[in-house]
Amino acid sequence: MASIKEQFEIPGKLKTWSYALIAVGAVALLAGLFKSGMSKDEHEQAIFIGTVMYNTIFWTLVCNASMFFICITTLAMGGWQQSFRRVPEAISTMVPIFGSITLVVLLYVGFAGKHHIYHWLDTEAVNNDPILKGKSGFLNLKFFVVWTTLAIGLWTLLGYRMRKLSSEADSGAFDNVTGAKFIFKNTVGASMFIAWFGLTVGSTIPWLWMMSITPHWYSTMYSWYTFMSSFVSGMSLIALWVVYLKNKGYLEYTNQEHLHDLGKFMFAFSIFWTYLWFSQYMLIWYANIPEETVYFKTRVQGAYKGIFFFNLIINFLCPLLILMKRDAKRNYTLITFMGILILFGHWIDFYQMVMGSISKDHVTLGWLDFGILSLFVGLMILFVAKALSSKPLIAKYHPFLKESIIHHT
Amino acid sequence: MAKKKFVVGCFDDEDLLFPAVKKVRTVGYKIHDIYTPFPVHGLDHAMGLRETSLHTAGFIYGITGTTTALSCISWILTKDWPLNIGGKPHFALPAWIPITFELTVLFAAVGMVLTFCYLCQLAPFVKKHRFHLRATDDLFVMVIECTDKTNTDDLKSFLSNAGAVETELQIAEADWWVGSYDKDEVPFENTNEIAA
Repeated sequence: MASIKEQFEIPGKLKTWSYALIAVGAVALLAGLFKSGMSKDEHEQAIFIGTVMYNTIFWTLVCNASMFFICITTLAMGGWQQSFRRVPEAISTMVPIFGSITLVVLLYVGFAGKHHIYHWLDTEAVNNDPILKGKSGFLNLKFFVVWTTLAIGLWTLLGYRMRKLSSEADSGAFDNVTGAKFIFKNTVGASMFIAWFGLTVGSTIPWLWMMSITPHWYSTMYSWYTFMSSFVSGMSLIALWVVYLKNKGYLEYTNQEHLHDLGKFMFAFSIFWTYLWFSQYMLIWYANIPEETVYFKTRVQGAYKGIFFFNLIINFLCPLLILMKRDAKRNYTLITFMGILILFGHWIDFYQMVMGSISKDHVTLGWLDFGILSLFVGLMILFVAKALSSKPLIAKYHPFLKESIIHHT
Repeated sequence: MAKKKFVVGCFDDEDLLFPAVKKVRTVGYKIHDIYTPFPVHGLDHAMGLRETSLHTAGFIYGITGTTTALSCISWILTKDWPLNIGGKPHFALPAWIPITFELTVLFAAVGMVLTFCYLCQLAPFVKKHRFHLRATDDLFVMVIECTDKTNTDDLKSFLSNAGAVETELQIAEADWWVGSYDKDEVPFENTNEIAA
């Protein structure tokens, strides 16, 4: 154990960049707010709120995917991720921050009754609509508020407990008994998070937050599809931070073998995402029932045609062809490139999922979207760097650390 | 059937094997192959074997399957025998994707299995020379190919010095052949030659 750099010091450049991105984003946010957010035109207003909404939902779910990754590897008794586990931990500290933004935005939409976004908030329309009336047990303001608050609150709480537990591995070596106890406590914490994750991100939350923008339409695939989008982006984000820290000379125990496994996740789940994309699309295409095709009508034949298929190219064809080779997954430059591409691709995916329903007739993608994206990226960089620097980069006494050091794919 | 001369060195410890491989390669002997009771991590690197190109073959089989499926279905359903199925267009790409996927997997899987068998020289009724039966039990068997100029006694003592517990000279068929062991080869005929 020669001296390893345990403590991450935030480089000045990173800070400057994050502040610059936040500044650009704040300007865009304010400009958007004055231009369309405060507009009298309800539709114009809905576009602004929708833009903020899909960004904040995307980043909340992506950062939450980090905690999902930690918990799922913990439950699988995985050891290989230990050498860089503090990176997903740091990313998951964004859940309370982005989560509270999401909460504020969604509660505002709910309580202000923005029925241009959630049509089911319009009680009069619901009463005259047998389909919406049938769904009103799920799609109503009370449930929406309670479930949203509960979801974000428990992600935060259960994630916080996992991170706190992880700090125990910093203080001193475990013996057999305390080590086994530590692993057991980790398993319990991870199971609780996964159970709640399955009830929220794995099922209800994407239906509630995004699918209900087109309240007449439904797809049981939708939640898994959204979850996969966020998971594959989450893995890309982890890989990007790992590569960044490696470039700065940290994470000595992480090497190409670990990067290879992260690359495998990016590759495999890009394909799984496509599988869900196609499963959702083909059944609806085949049955060709108007109430089901309404979602795809605007996307496949309408204004969003270009974005819809562009999305498929960068989220499926590029990872498939570029990440297929073993050497590509072990190459820092290619992983960085693909990480950014996949994150961008799934951001576009979330864009068309939300805005394709709010602004059906014309594509709104423009300065506002990229401005708000830059706000969120800036916040993410700033706070993840802070979280990384607040703890040692390696849980030195974790019982599984050795497994990670000698990891071999 | 071209027979070749081999010197076989048997090691009873994995930890002795790696330095031995290194020494043998430094001196310049040609390692024919190493037979181990279980997969040994990193041995392929130590032996200097190149990366397998099986996955490249797999990719080629895969895209062959994709093109076969797409060209067959599209020709049949648009040119040769167009059918009206549920009012869908004749060129109904989404409906073909599952079949295309299946055919891609089928071509890649079957092709790769056959290629793998060929590369490993495995097939029904085909035999390969067994250098040492205990390679399936507890010995790591390193087989070195000799040329006319190789001094086999030197090589034997070299291997013994490197830690081999048994060394022996064998003249054996290097390739696979169709036949049976009991007619072409007596497994234990060299037993008395083994220098302990």
